[in-house]
This record gives sequence, structure tokens and C-alpha cells, in this order.
Amino acid sequence: MNFNRLREIVGRVANLSRRAAGLGLGVFGLRAGAVAGDLSPNTSNGYNLPMGVTDISHEIYDLHMLVFWICVGIAVVVFGAMIFSLLKFRKSQGAVADTSMVHSTKVEIVWTVIPVIILVVMAVPAAETILKMEDTRNSELSIRVTGYQWKWQYQYLNDAEGINYFSTLSQDSNFARQLHSGIDPKTVPNYLLSVDKPMVVPSGTKVRLLLTSMDVIHAWWIPDFGAKRDAIPGFINELWFKVTPGKEGIYRGQCAALCGRDHGFMPIVVDVRTPADFQKWVEEQKAALNPAAVPAAAPAPAPAAAPEPIKTARLN
Amino acid sequence: MANAHPIAHDDHHDQPAAGIKRWLFATNHKDIGTMYLVFSLVMFFVGGAMAMVIRAELFQPGLQLVDPVLFNQMTTNHALVMIFGAVMPAFVGLANWMVPLQIGAPDMALPRMNNFSFWLLPFAFTILLSTFFVPGGAVAGGWTMYPPLVLQTGDAFPMLIFAVHLMGVSSIMGAINVIVTIMNMRTPGMTLLKMPIFCWTWLITAYLLIAVMPVLAGAVTMLLMDHFFKTSFFNAAGGGDPLMFEHVFWFFGHPEVYIMILPAFGIVSEIIPTFARKPLFGATSMIYATASIGFLSFIVWGHHMFADGMPMAAQLFFMMSTMLIAVPTGVKVFNWTATMWRGSMSFEPPMLFAIGFLFMFTIGGFSGVMLAIVPSDFQYQNSYFVVAHFHYVLVPGAVFAIMGAVYYWLPKWTGNMYNITLAKTHFWLSTIFVNVLFFPQHFLGLAGMPRRVPDYAVQFSDWNMVSSIGGFGFGLVQILFAIAVIQCIRGGKKASAEVWDGARPVGLEWSIPSPAPYHSFTTPPALHPAEVRRS
Repeated sequence: MNFNRLREIVGRVANLSRRAAGLGLGVFGLRAGAVAGDLSPNTSNGYNLPMGVTDISHEIYDLHMLVFWICVGIAVVVFGAMIFSLLKFRKSQGAVADTSMVHSTKVEIVWTVIPVIILVVMAVPAAETILKMEDTRNSELSIRVTGYQWKWQYQYLNDAEGINYFSTLSQDSNFARQLHSGIDPKTVPNYLLSVDKPMVVPSGTKVRLLLTSMDVIHAWWIPDFGAKRDAIPGFINELWFKVTPGKEGIYRGQCAALCGRDHGFMPIVVDVRTPADFQKWVEEQKAALNPAAVPAAAPAPAPAAAPEPIKTARLN
Repeated sequence: MANAHPIAHDDHHDQPAAGIKRWLFATNHKDIGTMYLVFSLVMFFVGGAMAMVIRAELFQPGLQLVDPVLFNQMTTNHALVMIFGAVMPAFVGLANWMVPLQIGAPDMALPRMNNFSFWLLPFAFTILLSTFFVPGGAVAGGWTMYPPLVLQTGDAFPMLIFAVHLMGVSSIMGAINVIVTIMNMRTPGMTLLKMPIFCWTWLITAYLLIAVMPVLAGAVTMLLMDHFFKTSFFNAAGGGDPLMFEHVFWFFGHPEVYIMILPAFGIVSEIIPTFARKPLFGATSMIYATASIGFLSFIVWGHHMFADGMPMAAQLFFMMSTMLIAVPTGVKVFNWTATMWRGSMSFEPPMLFAIGFLFMFTIGGFSGVMLAIVPSDFQYQNSYFVVAHFHYVLVPGAVFAIMGAVYYWLPKWTGNMYNITLAKTHFWLSTIFVNVLFFPQHFLGLAGMPRRVPDYAVQFSDWNMVSSIGGFGFGLVQILFAIAVIQCIRGGKKASAEVWDGARPVGLEWSIPSPAPYHSFTTPPALHPAEVRRS
């Protein structure tokens, strides 16, 4: 089946069911998705999914809220009926059981068919979003992401070829997270969510990640991008995201697959810059890689491939 | 009657053997059922203690109590102990006690195998728990045992595999016993559709067990081969695929989820009609719904792996099949609600637990539907949202049903009524704390906290602290359960044969005296009049 044709059909049905759900979403005003205080690693308000900064993350958020409100609706009806029964049909209130009420084919057909319809309403927009998420064609920048116990390696391809470095938990978090460190995590900026060298990507650009691993299975996850995918040794998984222009900034996530002792300590940080700033960063990195060729380059950060060796006393 | 039997060597079957021999050589379904249930309770507290360590470490950000390795050992073993040691043996124990009593059989069909399948378990768990003392420490790669991580386990690795094999053998034998008993030993006149729902759900569960435990055994054997015999089933460098393990594991793992909930459905379907004084609504459709869930459980395993990199067509298929499960599950919830509708309800402890199950299992069902939606699942997967989801279906779901079953049938087993006030206190405190414990975990997951982490970013502090308080409370309150059960075994107000006089207990188990005599239904009973009424 033609991929685009399938998408078009699914898309049309999806719009219908979105519109039907739109009312519920609007009334409760939960789409605001304002960036929470400084503490938040993402645009989540602390108890709900982040709206995020990509089209996909917005679609996921809408889908999440659609399904959530459908569930709330069903819950009101079902729990309502249960609570009504619990209040009304009590022996202590003199209720007498209607023992003849044992079966009703009509009712049973109704409560089988209605859920099926509701499920279709949810499945169609979901399918539409899946098609978009899986469409990794026409990417403008590819980065090979390799998981290690317990850090990430970013190797840039395309025009940024040659940029290659590791990204590890930042020193201050690493000191504070040791057992009995005596350091209050609240005093550490972005505790467990900051790295020595983040991934840098341009906004408004379709970035494709090629994920793999050198040891065990890891998972790369930035909630604000609606992007999560496993990094599996020996295989390459694809993932793409395109940050909406104007949403440049720092976005944070964590490894999302148990990968051993320091699974909780290999954060993912992405620094989204404007395409121009990104280009500047690429030039800097290339200059740093090859200092002889560009003697006049501005002082660049330390060569990337050598993260500071982290020495911490194991106190246990 | 055995008393009148002319051959003397049969006499020793009349009364339980003295001392430890009664338990070591037990072939009586009631003794074996009791051993399963006691074992399960012990494991519930062992696994619960591990959960307390987990919640204590997560009480605030930073590492205060345990290092990350011990933390991972706790999460891994908490899951293994609770799944294979607490929930599954509890259901097998209930089946041992109640299936023969409900179908009017004198015992399980294969009593010696029954003995063997129980006694494997203490050895399996001794092996599993002793890994805490071997070089390299206990298994810490998650109960899902994903390679390559699990292959990094030290000396505990072969012990884990052996323990899992023993648990699997035990489960398969238990399942065979249930199937053979139900298929061959029903009292005359009890057609399959007249059989009590608890037996029905267990029958389907038993088939699921026989179908999938060998798959688990195969998966862990391949791990063993990869580790010791240089095969490459799951090693990409040798042409294998780590993802294949996940496929095989979840082909076992998803039916396993229903193995842990279908008998709970059966229990709730027994309790609600009793205390609503009204027959189960749509009893036949309940059976079909259970069978549908059993069938669907084989074709949804991929939903555990959406984020692993799956072809789009597979994502769509597993999303649709998973969502379909909501339909028969919904039918069940609606049927239970309809059973309460126009009933005459009273709220004895078993009923309280059944109603608690109904509400909180449904909450877990809702989050299950949300998780089925692939795009959103990318955000939920491996976050605390998943932790909240499966704990809602397993704790106020399966565990509440087990406790409800104990409170329902305990007077039948012991002949004594337990302390009702204590049991009600246990229910209400458990219900409050279990929600304080697990509800905030939805928020944590949505806000972006991954699961299986010993430490977290500071913006997750508040909900974690709330969750931990709920956890400590829930853990402590379970001591009330142990007290209520032990008190009841020791004595108390005598229970009548029907136990729930004034309610509407239906089934052959209520036609024999309380406590149930050591040997019951030595001749097939006539079908209980109420059984006929049900259909």
C-alpha cells in the first residue's frame, strides 16, 4: 500500500476524532503547558506529560489528553454506577435483591459494541501519529548515538562529520550522588540531569539519530521531544525529531532502560540552537579538531573526545 | 467411607500424620493448599521488605541507604519474589483448597505430584535468595532478565536460571493438576458451564501456564547457553539478536500477567454475588470474556517493546490487539457492576476487598488503555507511569483479590470466624495507603521520572516522598493481615457450614461443615441447589 495514501486516509479520520475530542481538551484548559519553574527539566508541570517542543510531542500530548479524558468519561459512568449501587442497594437500607436479574443479551451487546467504537476513536489518531513518527526520510542532520555503561557518545554525520565526543554526568552531580556524600542534591543545579557536554542540534531541522550500544541495551529519551528509542548492541535504531523554531534551549532526559549499576546516572542533555548558532558551533568544533588548518579560530572548548576522568571515592 | 473400609492400611489416610511428616509427605489437597498459602504469605513479607528498602532509598533525592547495585538487586528480587513467590503460589494454594471443594471432588487428581510441585518452591526461593551471599551479588538486571545486561551477573547467574526452572516446573505441575482435576473429577451433573467461575478462571489460567512456562524455560536456557557454552542466541556479534530474547520473554510475560489476574477475576466473581445476594450477572459471558482474554494474551506481547524499534506494521498490530483486551475486560467490570445493581449488599471484609478490587483494578485498566496507544507509550514506557499501572492491577488488583479470598474462605478452612473489625481496619488502611503509594507514581512517570533508578532529580522529590510514606504505611498495615489470620487459626467464634449466614453463598464448598473435614466429598455430592439456580 502506498505510504502517503495510507497516511492521508488515516489523517482525515483522525482529524474528525480530534475535533470531537477538542471540546474536552479546551474546556479544562490543560493544554496551557506553561514551562514550570527552574526546577523542571522539561515543560511538564510536574504531574502531567510535557507539551514539548516538537510537533510530534504536541501530537502525543493531545493524544494522551484525548485518551485520558475518554477514560475519565468512562470512569464517571462506570464508577458512578458502582457508587450509586453501593449507596442505594444496601441491605442495611432494606434493599431486596432482584435475583431474577441474571442476564440480558441486549445489554451485553451494547456494552461490548460501545467500547469497540471508543477504541476505534482512539486508535485512528494514534495510527496517524505512528506513521509520522516512523517516517525518518529527508532528515537534514544525522547523529550516531552510542550508549555505553554509563555515558553517551555522539558522532555527527553529514556536514558536521568528524565531531565526536562523549557526554557524561556532570562532576557536581556525580559527587553529590555518591552514597553518604553529605551533599544536598537540592544545592546542585540540575541534579542528575546535567552533563559535561550536551548534544547540540539546530532548531527547525529534522535531526535523525542512529542509535546503538557498545555493551547492554540503553534507551535515549527526551520527554520534550516525544522521543524515546532503545539503543541495542549490534543493531541500529532510528529516531527523529524536529524542534520548533523559537524553542531553542536546553532539554533534558535520562536513560530509560535498566543498564546496570549507574543506569540512573547517565542523563541526556540536548542543547537546541538556531541553525546559525549551530553552524558556528560546528565550525568551532571542527577548528578544535584540526587546529593547524584554522590558526585564527577563536579559543575553542577543550577537545571533545576526552571527557574529564571522573575520580570519586567510593565510600561504601 | 474409609472408616468402614476392611483393609487396615487405608486407615492412616483418615487423620493427618503426626508432626513434620504431615507436611513433608502431604498429599491432602487441604494441607498442600495451606502450605502454598503460608509460603506465599512469607514471600509476600520478604518481597515487601525489599519494597520497603526501595521506598526508603527513594524517600528523598541522593543516595542515603543503599548503593545502586544493592538497589537494583532489590528491584529485581522484589519482582521475582512477588510474582513467582507470592502471587502465583497464593493462587495455586487457593486452587488446591477450593477447586476440589467447589466441584465436589475428594482431592486433587494427582496428589503426589501436588506435593512435589509445592516442595520445589522452597528450594527454588532458597536458591534465589541465597544469591545475595555469592560473589558478584544477587541478580540485579531486572526480573525481565534482558541480555546482555543479565549476562553480566556474577555467580548468581546460573542460580537464577536454575531457580526459574524450578519455579516453572512447579507451576506447570500445579497447572496440570488443576486441569486434570477439573476435567475428570466434577461431581455428576456439574457440566462445565455450571462449574463455579473461580474454577473456570483457574482452568483457563492453567492452560496459559502450560502454554507459556516452557517458553520462559526455553528463554532462560538460551541465556544459560550464551553465558556458558558460547552460543550466540542473543549476541549480535555471533549473529544473534538481543531483541529476540525480549520477544520470547514477553511471549511468556504477557500471558503471565493474566495468569496473575484471571484467578482474581474468579474470586471477585464469587464474592460479589454472595454479598449482593444476587446471582452473578451474565455468568456465561464472564466465562467467554475470560477465555477471550486468555486468547488475546498470546498476541499482545509486542506492547512491552514499542520503544525497542519495531516495524510500523507490528506497532499497529500490537496496539490494536492490546486495545481489544479492553473489551472483554470491560464486559467483566460491567457484569460485576450489574451484579451489584438491584442487589442487597452488605459489606463484610471479603466484599470490601472485592469492591476495592473493582475500583482500583479499573483504574489500572484505564492506564492500561493509555499505555496501549503507541505514540503516548513512547513517553510512558519505562517511566514511573508504567510502575503505577502494573502495581494498580497487581496490588489492589491481584493481591486484594487474594486477601478477599482468604477473608471469604478462611472460616471454612479453620472453622473459626476472624476478627471482623480487625479485617475491616486492614481493608481501609490498605486502601488508603495503597493509593497514597501508587497514585503519585502516575504523576512522577508523566513528569519524566524513569523507573528502576535509585536516585532522581530534585523536582521529583515531593511525589516520591508521598509515595514512600504510602509504601511504609501499606507495608506496616499488612501485619494486621497476618494477625487476623493467625488469630483465626488459633480460635474464635465458631463458623457455621454456610459461614456467611444471611448472605447468599453459592457452591458446594458451603455444603460441608466448617472447618472442612480432612477428607471431604469421598462420595460425589448432589449438585448444590444454588448451583443449579445460577445457570
